[in-house]
Amino acid sequence: MDLASLTIAQIHEGLKNKNFSATELTEAFLSKIKERDGEIHAYLNVMEESAKKQAREVDKKIAAGEEIGILEGAPCAIKDNILIRGEKCTSGSKILEHYVAPYDAEVIKKLKEKGVVFLGKTNLDEFAMGSSTENSAFGPTRNPHDLKRVPGGSSGGSAAAVAANECAFALGSDTGGSIRQPASFCGVVGLKPTYGAVSRYGLMAMASSLDQIGPLAKNVEDCKMVFEAINGRDPKDSTSSDGNFRNSNPSQADEIRKLRIGLPKEYFAQGLDPKVEKLVKNAVQKLAAQGAKVEEISLPHTKYALPCYYIIMPSEVSANLARYDGIKYGYSAISDKRLAISDLMDVYLKSRQNGFGAEPRRRIMLGTYALSAGYYDAYYLKAQKVRTEIINDFKKAFEKVDVIITPTAPTPAFKIGEKVSDPLRMYLADIYTISVNLAGLPAISVPCGKSENLPVGLQIIGKHFSEDLIFEAASAIES
Amino acid sequence: MNINHIAKLARLGLGEDEKSKLESELSEILDFVEQLKEVETENIEPTAHATGMENVVRPDEARRTAEDERQEILGNAPQREDNFIKVKSVLQ
Repeated sequence: MDLASLTIAQIHEGLKNKNFSATELTEAFLSKIKERDGEIHAYLNVMEESAKKQAREVDKKIAAGEEIGILEGAPCAIKDNILIRGEKCTSGSKILEHYVAPYDAEVIKKLKEKGVVFLGKTNLDEFAMGSSTENSAFGPTRNPHDLKRVPGGSSGGSAAAVAANECAFALGSDTGGSIRQPASFCGVVGLKPTYGAVSRYGLMAMASSLDQIGPLAKNVEDCKMVFEAINGRDPKDSTSSDGNFRNSNPSQADEIRKLRIGLPKEYFAQGLDPKVEKLVKNAVQKLAAQGAKVEEISLPHTKYALPCYYIIMPSEVSANLARYDGIKYGYSAISDKRLAISDLMDVYLKSRQNGFGAEPRRRIMLGTYALSAGYYDAYYLKAQKVRTEIINDFKKAFEKVDVIITPTAPTPAFKIGEKVSDPLRMYLADIYTISVNLAGLPAISVPCGKSENLPVGLQIIGKHFSEDLIFEAASAIES
Repeated sequence: MNINHIAKLARLGLGEDEKSKLESELSEILDFVEQLKEVETENIEPTAHATGMENVVRPDEARRTAEDERQEILGNAPQREDNFIKVKSVLQ
């Protein structure tokens, strides 16, 4: 039996029945990482010793006859923009290459309380800015299904680690599709929870009105278990809330029979790979065959989501990344022996010049421009008004349907290097996922088949705090 | 766009080559976002929060950071003196 291929539920059963120990399990994942990560490069930092120590704690509990929780002993990977105290946290950036986290993110605190084993930190596009993980200052991650291709991004390391059995589950963050698009490219399940459903305390902020932490896992059940472990209000993140998660007691068959599914015509249009379209529609047919009602809907402002996002996101980026100034932490020009620094302004300019890569610089410049005197109304305010219209589109749609199904990405994984020199083309990789962040909705990407030998995912979008329902619909597609 | 002015506002040093490259990339992106003008928004409120949450406050009380945590935070500073972060002088 390959222990590294087990789901969380199987791990729990195996540990409880003493088929294997938590230590053996963790060793199995660590050797999988040794065997495969040289070519995949999902991890930036493997925490071997602490992982083994955490596993031994779980084994002690089992040996003492204590009951263990569902996630206890399950080995996971964490995107390297989420803080684990005492470990380096780089966000894929040179500017934080040697930064050591002084505290635990709230999600880490919660997972520690559940007895999870942390295998390490995963690669990402610098500060989560990108759709391919090629923007990492520490080299790209490769797609386990085809090493010539990208795993998607920005949570590409987390998605690749799950797909390659280098962890049982992972956490990522999603600002415009950064959990769902890599989940689709790597053939795993990824959830972007409702805005505020999961605390972001200890997540490096990129665009605060859009960012959300969420799980990536091997199947829908695992994804749900991790989500349940990390959600809830946290006084340290004032945007977080308990949400009124609807507890779905009726059987799944009942849920699907009553389900009203909307297919937005704007998402099944030009630019969508016909093979992807076919796989998504086949999966929807499966739900229709179980009694779900499927209808075409319209989200008329869809074409404005990407331009709207490319004002709001960089504006917030330019504010959030102002904290990397060479003074408080991270790379500083002042300790760089090659440089002659004259004054404080010079420290700022040169620390940021040498510390940030091309994409953060591009977005900082764009956002600073959009927020600069005389341009605020024309750009940021205008975009926030268009955003209201995008939200209204969803509100209207959800009067008629319970969930909306779309492709997660217009194509399967593309080749490494294919889009890296053309920022605007790269941005189009997120065209189906961005509206969801603008509207703060929950959405899951779940595999719906393969095109050639590459995985394809579909996206299920629900109303605010309707995660339970989209999990139900996702498991019906999975089975 | 005055690239030097924006770079200064952003406190971002830029090389000469990069300036012209950024100028063309940014103008391409700005052309792309021009489409937003097509949307009639005269009577539309701007979004302040995606799920409609309002004014979350906590008691205005100072909280102590544990000493070990404080040292870890200070330990990340490029230059420090005792428990202070050292900064290059502002005035010459």
